[in-house]
Amino acid sequence: MTALRLPPEMRAEIVAHALADAPRECCGLIAGKVGEATRLHRLSNLEPGTDFYRVDDAELYALTRRLDAAGEDVWAIYHSHPTSPAEPSASDIELAAWPDAVYLICSLAIPGNPALRGFRIVDGTVTEVELVAKSAV
Amino acid sequence: MGRAVANDGTVAVLIPAPLRRYTGGESTVRGTGADVAALLDDLDARFPGLKGRVCEDDGAIRRFVNVFVNGENARTLDGAATPLASGDEVGIVPAMAGGLSSR
Repeated sequence: MTALRLPPEMRAEIVAHALADAPRECCGLIAGKVGEATRLHRLSNLEPGTDFYRVDDAELYALTRRLDAAGEDVWAIYHSHPTSPAEPSASDIELAAWPDAVYLICSLAIPGNPALRGFRIVDGTVTEVELVAKSAV
Repeated sequence: MGRAVANDGTVAVLIPAPLRRYTGGESTVRGTGADVAALLDDLDARFPGLKGRVCEDDGAIRRFVNVFVNGENARTLDGAATPLASGDEVGIVPAMAGGLSSR
């Protein structure tokens, strides 16, 4: 499995965001540069329900423009699963439109024990990515 | 924001990272067209496959893709029929979405 370095403070921020927005799904992205995570951006979920997310499209457009200008890219896209496991749902896979990003899913299904897993989703094919706190030596 | 205005009859089109494989890696291309649909036809002639990623077969903008015209979501304007003028700026961005239910 490919390993990716997710800074511990970003992992903690995703879990905090997921807990804050539960029972709704939270969403956001992590910008990156040359393959390294640089900054986490919380984004608004336009979906009012508890079982779907759609990043606010205008917010996303404005942010991707800023990232392009700064030479950054969309390194990861995260969202939460308040009551289901940390794995991509059928809609997550069908709607995944950013093949170069890692899809991070934070599950709150087990109270007190949030789980975070990462996946590449390319043309319907899901490959798990190992998330590590430090770079391999 | 300083929008580059060109009066050469073309509009600037901002291509998102997932669609740059159609434009040879270019993040901004230029094209012509009286409306969004015509612009996408023009681009598709040079970058085959690009339009299909943005529009349904009937020409409507895909539900999970956004086209912005001078910062306004075309969905709130006239969709693919949103008129364009020289110097306009068009941006494309695929939605980030998913969920347990289907849409």
